[in-house]
Amino acid sequence: MRTGPEAEARRVWVLIEQEEGMVHPVSWELLGTARRLATELDSASVVVEAILLGHAVGPIAQEAFRYGASRVHLIDDPVLAVYRNLPYAAAISRLVRTYRPEIFLIGATALGRDLASAIATRVETGLTADCTELRIDPKLQILAATRPTFGGNLMATIHCRTDRPQMASVRPRVLPVPEPLPQATGAVVRAPLGISEEEVPVRRLRLIPAPRRLNLEHADVVVAGGRGLGGPDGLTLLEELADALGGVVGVSRPLVDAGWIAADHQVGQTGKTVRPKLYVAAGISGAVQHRVGVSNADFILAINTDPQAPIFQIADLGIVGDLHEVIPELIKQLREGAGHGA
Amino acid sequence: MHAVVAIKQVPDTSNVRINPETGTLIREGVPAIINPYDVHAVEMAVRLKERFGGRVTVLTMGPPKAAEALIECVEQGADRAILMTDRRFGAADTLATSYVIAHAVQAIQADDPVDLLLFGKQAIDGDTGQVGPGVAVRLNLPLITYAVQIEAFDPVARTAIVHRRIERGIEVLETALPALLTVEKEIAAIGRAPLPNLVRAARYQPEIWDAAAPVPFDAAKIGIKGSPTVVVKAYTPPPREPGERVGVAELGLAAVINRALDRIGAAGVLAEHPEPLPENRGAE
Repeated sequence: MRTGPEAEARRVWVLIEQEEGMVHPVSWELLGTARRLATELDSASVVVEAILLGHAVGPIAQEAFRYGASRVHLIDDPVLAVYRNLPYAAAISRLVRTYRPEIFLIGATALGRDLASAIATRVETGLTADCTELRIDPKLQILAATRPTFGGNLMATIHCRTDRPQMASVRPRVLPVPEPLPQATGAVVRAPLGISEEEVPVRRLRLIPAPRRLNLEHADVVVAGGRGLGGPDGLTLLEELADALGGVVGVSRPLVDAGWIAADHQVGQTGKTVRPKLYVAAGISGAVQHRVGVSNADFILAINTDPQAPIFQIADLGIVGDLHEVIPELIKQLREGAGHGA
Repeated sequence: MHAVVAIKQVPDTSNVRINPETGTLIREGVPAIINPYDVHAVEMAVRLKERFGGRVTVLTMGPPKAAEALIECVEQGADRAILMTDRRFGAADTLATSYVIAHAVQAIQADDPVDLLLFGKQAIDGDTGQVGPGVAVRLNLPLITYAVQIEAFDPVARTAIVHRRIERGIEVLETALPALLTVEKEIAAIGRAPLPNLVRAARYQPEIWDAAAPVPFDAAKIGIKGSPTVVVKAYTPPPREPGERVGVAELGLAAVINRALDRIGAAGVLAEHPEPLPENRGAE
């Protein structure tokens, strides 16, 4: 491919993920990281650029400048109103071929993982999934992308040596959100989509908003119980605590096997892997199959009468005590505002 | 109706142990299983076969031992199983793997057109979820990832309605067929294999394909050569340290609750609650 002056700058690209005009915060996390990577690259002409697709999403470009993009490549078209793999992947792949970015970062969300894989295959380059750490290798001057693998048992650092762009999908909430620069501005470069609705083989009929209780994988707070609940009544206690914390109820496998609750609440190797800010394990002993499903939680609070319970090995705070005593008091304090009740 | 399911034999990652001296994975003695999501993909394909008639083909790329996994799929109800095994396929990243699977599916559909291609949403060893979408791109098929339900499937009109899980809820999509789906476990509950399947599987030998025959693969696109990414470093993450321990019996209920609220507050999950923290906020 011919390389004009456009292709000479070294570009670090970030996808701005938006749905109905709401930007996923991982986009800003990635812009902050892209700025850092640009300084780690030994070159004066590194630019951070944002890729924005959607319908009537122009105003988001201003926000992207504030978070560190010097330029926004915008494709605005009614066909892009709802995310679908084909038009998004085809259009972005075309931009990649035109501008040849050095690095391209995308959030490891449902949308981002779906899209990044398709782009990487279309342009035939390397993509590292679900990264938790990004650096520029100082000697090689290429992206060193680190990710958990083997169910979180192993960390792998991956290079994409010769193909470009070096792509990575990056977990939300791992990298810091940068401080916005209030005065920042930049250029918006519009490109046409060039794909009509008739060419898109998938159509969204409707969106069923998730009942909060069933959105375990994406919940910020998961309140889970195990055999220590004693009986199905213990679930009521769990639900009350989940309500007080704005969280979702999960369970360990024995409760599903006993038929107390449907399998879509199960957390662990044979159930769901969760990654909340807070995981409460109440009356869960913590067999390894359960622990692998929760080990990515930011903070684990375990409540168990048995001081030897394996769950305490991974808990940030372990309460040795009876959950039937601890949880009602916790709910009470949360509801009252703890300042008054203590 | 012809459904093709791509599966992977994986180590049971819940049984992986770390050598404490070298910090490396101990792979010996770790049982190999069918990737758990793939089992549900096979089940979905078998259900569609039961309803509409037709065939289910399963295929995998892996070592000779992966034939075991394919035979389990025949027990589940698959009709044909293909093992792509060759040292030249080895050490492939997701780009090279998607080439091999897409190329094999092209060969399969030349004789027997495919209505639906199913994958698990990701494999539990690599956790990338990139191979299914890559195959969809290479075969120019509509892609639906994270599918949880097939609401309607019409092999005659060549359309399907599929539910897909995203962060905000369930997206209900209508797609043209053939299409490629990567599935969550909810897509189909695993039933018990009927006896005739078990009898058939006991005698079944998967077809073995290598990099040259019966389908020639492009040597530049397979294995290490076809893989743009390389793992330059692997290490075990620092284990999650046991944290603080407090006992109701030792400290009393009020002190324990106070401590819990303090720590939960510091974890940043009480943002919507205006005054959640006790007086000793900032004690750390």
